[in-house]
Amino acid sequence: MKTAGLVLFALIVYALHQDFWYFDKLNVHGFLPVGLWYQAIFACLCAFTMWVFGKFAWPEHLEHVEAEVLKKPDSGEGH
Amino acid sequence: MIPLIVIAIYLSIVVYISIFAFRQGKSTGEDFFLASRTIGSLVFFLSLFATNMTAFAILGSSGLAYQQGIGVFGLMATSSGFVIPMSLFFIGTRLWALGKKHGHMTQVQYFRDRWECGSIGTVIFALSVAMLVPYMIISIIGGGRVLHDISHYKQMVDGVEQTFYYVEYWQGCMIVAVTVTVIVFFGGMRGTVWVNIFQTILFLLFGFVAVYAISREVDFGAIVAKLGEDKTKSYLVTRSRIDPWFFWSYTLVPLSSIMFPHMSIMCLSARKVSAFKRTVVVYPIAIMLIWLPCVFLGVIGASVIPGLKAGETDGILLLMLAKYAHPILAGILGAGIISAVMGSDCHQVLAISTMFTKDIFSYYGGDKKYGEKGVVWFGRAFILLITVVAYFIALYTSQNIFELAVRFAFSGFAAMAPVMLAALFWKRSTKYGALASTLVVGGLLVFFYILSNKFVPSKDPKVVLLPIWDFAIGGKYMLSWAKNGDIRFFNMHTVVPMVFGSAIAMVLVSLVTPPPSSATIEKYFPPKSEI
Repeated sequence: MKTAGLVLFALIVYALHQDFWYFDKLNVHGFLPVGLWYQAIFACLCAFTMWVFGKFAWPEHLEHVEAEVLKKPDSGEGH
Repeated sequence: MIPLIVIAIYLSIVVYISIFAFRQGKSTGEDFFLASRTIGSLVFFLSLFATNMTAFAILGSSGLAYQQGIGVFGLMATSSGFVIPMSLFFIGTRLWALGKKHGHMTQVQYFRDRWECGSIGTVIFALSVAMLVPYMIISIIGGGRVLHDISHYKQMVDGVEQTFYYVEYWQGCMIVAVTVTVIVFFGGMRGTVWVNIFQTILFLLFGFVAVYAISREVDFGAIVAKLGEDKTKSYLVTRSRIDPWFFWSYTLVPLSSIMFPHMSIMCLSARKVSAFKRTVVVYPIAIMLIWLPCVFLGVIGASVIPGLKAGETDGILLLMLAKYAHPILAGILGAGIISAVMGSDCHQVLAISTMFTKDIFSYYGGDKKYGEKGVVWFGRAFILLITVVAYFIALYTSQNIFELAVRFAFSGFAAMAPVMLAALFWKRSTKYGALASTLVVGGLLVFFYILSNKFVPSKDPKVVLLPIWDFAIGGKYMLSWAKNGDIRFFNMHTVVPMVFGSAIAMVLVSLVTPPPSSATIEKYFPPKSEI
């Protein structure tokens, strides 16, 4: 359920990037055109999305890798 | 002259930092190429970002915005702001863990071990190098152009004002190539990363300072309003010149990021995987901090300095800084641009050296014959060789930064992403699937390159896309030329057929060829683990 929710969330964010609704809009807010405002806010949404993924989908099992490697006497000298 | 003095001070600082790093380093391959995998969180973010951002983020973005308008920001910056952190999250973390566990230093080392293949790894290596070298060259071209442009001065000759330059283009390229060589040769990964801290802070501040400096002389609000009212230029403040399908297709291009060898090698240098957790959150904001001011100023430039031709638009920010900013400020901003150039270029040079040393020299017996110190000195010698070669190619190449980068590097590396995804997440993937995928990518790159070289611009300026073949679906030609000679596939970027072609080849060929041994599969897909 959690995985499905995160996939859906990511797909919605990906779709929001397209902003075809501002495709030829000329509105200006302050000195920035609306198309730039939208994409600037979208960049903040991307940061939030990654925070959500870090919170709910972080690959915790990878955090043990370093400890495992340090236990091995011949660690870190592969290839 | 003042901007040049500021840049000279900057270059002296970065060279000093790299030599200081040289004194701190050990003489092992892992230390020289990966700083012993000990990079902390904040430094990791600053260095990874410097690795990723090139001169294009500042010069190319503003030049393209000058031509196409604000849509460039969504097209390239925010698509990267979504896709790159995602790829770091899902691919970068896994690569880090595998490198830590099994000692890989390059992608090819991983592929060879994962699929039990030698020669196929060499094929992937050859394609990667062929795509990375042009990318490295454009960094030198970009740096040379900046130093040349920023060194201009005006003088009256026979009553006519003429422009002269303290630094010629070839000298600018040489200064960049020599500085990069010194940083990487002496400092290795540690020196490069330390220099990156200074560089990233400098170019992250670039946008703010540039906007502030120019806003003191230019009324942005009035110019944007004027552009909106002018029917011949209103497209600059909308996205109307960028086809929605092309806009969508461009979201596949940032898949290239994690596949660039210098980015994936950088991922291996982190001390802990938690470094990725913070990096992916800050990454989209950092991209915005660089791209938004540059794209916006590019659009403003189209109004205040009109009439630049396609090959000249990459210099719009430098022209605006020269016109509106104080010389000392222009020098600091110039150093910011040079930072973006060198930050990535250092990692590209180091990555190519790492690949040749580990994937070729060591793989074919060099480390057994010459030992650990011999491997490091081979890597250093290769750094000298590759920068000399790149320098001379840069002198005789005149193509636009954007065209060269996209044609030879971005699309190709994006199309190699299915190979990495299959290696990491699909047990049944095989070495023959990887080979088929690589050949599809290489073949399509050659095919599109040949087609783009046959481009002849239309005599009718209203023609946006010139059909190559008459076959069309829904009024969209399967293959057509854009105005700049780029190829379009049903109005989309050529990255679309390349990524899907690569993925299909990987799946189909893997299904009909034998998988690696169960020992290898268990090594990379251990029970109760997702690595």
